[in-house]
Parts: sequence; structure tokens; C-alpha cells
Amino acid sequence: MITTSQPDSGGHFGPYGGRFVPEVLMNPLEELEQAYYAARQDPSFQAELALLLKDYAGRPTPLYFAKRLSETLGGAKIYIKREDLLHTGAHKINNALGQILLARRMGKKRIIAETGAGQHGVATATVCALFGMECVIYMGEEDMRRQRLNVFRMRLLGAKVTGVTSGSRTLKDAISEAMRDWVTNVGDTHYLLGSALGSHPYPLMVRDFHSCMGIEARAQILEKEGRLPDQVIACVGGGSNAIGIFHAFVPDTAVKLIGVEAGGRSLAPGEHAARFAGGSPGVLQGCFSYVLQNSDGQISLTHSVSAGLDYAMIGPEHAFLADQGRAEYVPCSDADALEAAQTLARTEGLIPALESAHGVAEALRRAPAAKGEIFIVNLSGRGDKDIDIYRENLKELDEPESN
Amino acid sequence: MNPSRISKLFARCRAENEPALIAYITAGDPSLERTVSLVEAMELGGADLIELGVPFSDPIADGPVIMRATERALANGASVAGVLEVARKIRERSEIPILLFSYLNPLLSYGFERLAKDAVAAGVDGILMTDASVEEAGKFVPVVRAAGLDTVFLAAPTSPLERLRQVAAYSSGFVYLVSRTGVTGVRDQVADTAAELVERMRTVTDLPLAVGFGIAQAADAAAVAKIADGVVVGSAFVRIIEGCNGSPELESKLASFTRELKAGAKAGRA
Repeated sequence: MITTSQPDSGGHFGPYGGRFVPEVLMNPLEELEQAYYAARQDPSFQAELALLLKDYAGRPTPLYFAKRLSETLGGAKIYIKREDLLHTGAHKINNALGQILLARRMGKKRIIAETGAGQHGVATATVCALFGMECVIYMGEEDMRRQRLNVFRMRLLGAKVTGVTSGSRTLKDAISEAMRDWVTNVGDTHYLLGSALGSHPYPLMVRDFHSCMGIEARAQILEKEGRLPDQVIACVGGGSNAIGIFHAFVPDTAVKLIGVEAGGRSLAPGEHAARFAGGSPGVLQGCFSYVLQNSDGQISLTHSVSAGLDYAMIGPEHAFLADQGRAEYVPCSDADALEAAQTLARTEGLIPALESAHGVAEALRRAPAAKGEIFIVNLSGRGDKDIDIYRENLKELDEPESN
Repeated sequence: MNPSRISKLFARCRAENEPALIAYITAGDPSLERTVSLVEAMELGGADLIELGVPFSDPIADGPVIMRATERALANGASVAGVLEVARKIRERSEIPILLFSYLNPLLSYGFERLAKDAVAAGVDGILMTDASVEEAGKFVPVVRAAGLDTVFLAAPTSPLERLRQVAAYSSGFVYLVSRTGVTGVRDQVADTAAELVERMRTVTDLPLAVGFGIAQAADAAAVAKIADGVVVGSAFVRIIEGCNGSPELESKLASFTRELKAGAKAGRA
């Protein structure tokens, strides 16, 4: 079994990853790669980032033992990595801070980003406000409807939110629109990509900026339990929170790494976003990885109750970890995620983001049969942004006389 | 191997000091059958080479005009097999060079071995992959070339000389120079960046050079014809196709617009 996961010089994890973009973007990507490698080696860059992560974002986040939840399930001891406690409410701020420092170092004046659930958009708008940079966020109109609160937050932070009306009006279309902006304004603009996706160096860079989650969680569990966990569980859209918490555990081959994809309404085409349940390797938006597509190589529409998981491709490093058998990927339905969110809320007082609820659901499914095991679940974000969707889906709680 | 239709075209154009007019059309908009007759109209108007666009669901390099054409074509069921059938029908009655213009994924899905074989059988002359860098697409070039097809790659104003050298090395037939950063689409003025790119490209290759992106009228075609071997027009054609909404006058409109562009390009050489 593999014990490291690093890309080759072209940004390939095994066969996955690489750079599939119009020639206009090739040199900008090479410049970004060089700037990132230089920053990675630069102690002053790392020190500035570490300070911001600590004093501004709120790292390290706690690793919390969910005692009541664990007892209720009667099996594994479940620990929760509390990324929901970070400033802006999700893990996305880790990467946004890293990339904004890099953009500033490269002399860029303008920041663009895509967003699905709006968490990455909010994180980007936040760091742009912090550094006084112009900020344009692309967001599918369907997602703007689903995540109205986050649209307002971004605007309050001074960002311009541009609705995207093409395709399914979700994350995929927002990424295409951001890429079109970047291809046009590449001179002064940095594309602050929000997931471990796209062309090299993005999947590597985004993973690195999020790897603090796994590094912290590994040290924390050793301190609390004196041993490594048996399973680490995280939801996977593009896969940034999952790769961030997995990475430090990749060499620990006894630790199972479980990625949870959006199983949607069903596993019929168009009803879900589970790339390992019906997808195949292909190229989308700069990257070669598992993607949901039809027999003509056209990208399929996807569905998930959670906007952040509603994307046709999975990040290339996840495809590699899956091929190597180092990580396992399973789907979780909309209904199971909603059910898990309620269980977590009522046993632990934690309302998860709908994305994170998918990871929680898988932990609930596995825990009863795993007596003596230790799980770490990444609670990548909190559920405030999803209250409207919870209300739509849990109507019985929204009656005036309900209790 | 005999010189390709594309090479012969540029050899003739150079010998006669004539600029080549390269016309892009999204196959399947408004329908695959209609594409055949639209290409005939563009050829009648003076187009020298046809870029036959393979529709893709997520066209990251295209502006709104071609994006909408792509959506219409896909709604009409266009596929790689369908586009090859269009090429075959064009070839039945014409020797105009045909370049498949595609994003990588539909071609990957079709399979490159099979594509190369079927494209040759359909009378296609070359392939251009919009979102495939030479680093990533290099491995497909031998398969495509072995079948006798040309491979055309994009060069951009942002490409340093070393990249231009690689682009030339992987290209045959001609090199497609992108006039400016940005997506496809009509612009008021063709950027000066095009001239600088042509100059840099000339230092690394003798291949014919065609310039595209943003060329919408006769004056633009003239300006490009002054500096390059070929003038590529895409969105301006597609906009006419969209505006006509399938009306019977579409062919004559396309032919007359092509004539204007061709006259403009020739005027650039006068």
C-alpha cells in the first residue's frame, strides 16, 4: 500500500491531475506553481500564514470527543474535528488565507473565485476584505437561491457576486465562468480556486493549505487516546476538507480513510454526485479525474441536497487514493444526511453543514458494529447557512405548534 | 506521405499571395443536416478551411455566442459520431480542408485510436484540441499523425518563446495563434498583441500561421491578413446562425458575409 501521495512534476497523482487548459493559461499556471513552491520554502510566508490561521481564523480547532453520540450508537468512540468553529464557519478559510498571501506576493490586484455552497465564496470575500483586494465571486443562480444567506454575507463583505445562468446553474457552471474571467484578465487577477481540483498546482496547493486539519487531528488523537484512529471520515465534493484531513494519515496504513460522496435522491444518472458510483476518468475544467459523464463524453448533471457536494468531478488525488486502495469512497443519500444532521444536533448540540452531515451519516452507519474502534469525523462546516434547506426538508419542525 | 489538404491549401495560398479564410462552425447548430449546407454556403462565399466544432457541455474557452450554439447542438443530440457524419457528407461533394475543433473529453470518450481511423474515413484532415496543452496532448499526437491527420495547437500571447517552440513542434498543417487573452467572441478591435505573437512565432517555425479570436468584420480580416497566413472567424458566423433561427435565408446570409470577409482579407494583402 502507498505511504505517500505527491504529484509528479506535471502535477499528476498517478494518471490523474495534470493541466488541461487553453494555452493562454499554461504560462500563468507555471508562474503560479513557481510562486507557490517559492512561498512554500519561505519561512516568512509560512510564519505569516501560521499567525493568521491562529489569531484570525482560530486554529488549531479542537478534536472533540462526542461522548453522548458514541454512547447512543454503542460502538466506536467518535471524535469530531471542529472545523465548524473556524472563522466564517467552515474549513475553507485555511486555503483562502494561504492563497491570498500568495496572490499578494505575486502582485495580483484582483481576486476571483467560484462558490457552490457559498462557504468558499464567503472565505474568499473575507480574506479580500482583510487585504483590501477587489473580489468577484461566481455562483450558479440555483446555488444563489439555495444559499441566500451566504450571498448576502459575501456582499456585506464587499464582494461582487455574479450569478451564472448556464448549464445546471450550480458549482460546475460557476467554475467555468471563473475560468473564462481568468483567461481574460490573467495579468492582474488571481483565481482563488476553492477545492482540491482544477489544474496543477491547485490540487496540490489547496491540499497543502488544508493539511493542517490532519496534522492537528493526528497529534490530538495521539494525545487523547495514545493511539491512532481506526477510521477517518470526511465528506467529498471536490474533496478539499477530505484531502486536508486524510493527508497526514496516508502513511499510517492501518488507518482507514473514508470519503463520503453525495448519493443524492438515488444512484440513477443525474440524481446524485457520487463519482465512484457511475463515473469514469475524463477531463473537466482543467483536470483529469473521475467524472460523471455520458457515453458521448458530455458531463452529466448532478444533484445533491448539499450545494457544496453537487459537482461532477472528484479531485485527482482522491482518484489516485481510490485506485491505490488507500482510501475508500461511499455514497450517502440526501435523506440519510438530513437524518444524521438531526441526530448530531440532538445528541451533541452541533448543527452540521449539509456537506459535513454526509460524513456524519457514514460514521453513524459504521459505529454500531465497530466496538473498540476510534473514529475521527471531519465536521468541515457548521449548519447556519443551511437553515433554510433544513426548514424546507424538515417541515414538521417548522409548524407553529411543533415542539 | 502525401501533403495533407491543409498543407496544400497553405502552399497554394503562399504561392498566390492569398490569405486563407478559416471559418468555424459549431456542428449541430441548428441541426447536423443543416451544418452540411451551411458549410457549403461558407465555401461558396470563399472560405478555404472549415473548423468543425464538436459541442461539449462545459466549454471553458468559449464566450456566450459559442456557448449558446453548443447548448443548442447538444439539445439536438450532437455527438462525436454525428459530427464525423457531417464531415463525411461535406467530403462527398467538396475537397475543402476540415479541421475538427474540440475539447478533449468527447474525443477521449470516443477513444483516440478509433477517432483517428473514423476521422480519416470521414474525410477529416486534422484535429485541434482547445483545452489540451502540448504536455497533456502530446501522447495523442503520434496516433493522430500516424493516421495521416494534422494536429494543430494553439499559441497564445502569454506563451513564452520556449512554449511557442513546443507548440510548433507538436503542430502540423498550421499553428493557430490566439490574438489576445480571453474567450472566443467578437471584439471591437483585433489586439496589437497578435502582431507581436506572429513575430515571435516566426522566429521558431516556418509553419503557416493563422490568427483567430475576436475577428468579426472585413477590416479585422484585412488587418490580420497583413501579418498572418490565415484569418480565423468563429463567433461572428455563429452569431449570424443564431440570429437567423434556422430561417431559409441563412445560407445566403452566411455566403455573403463570408464573401465580405474574404474580400477584406484580400484587401489586406493588396
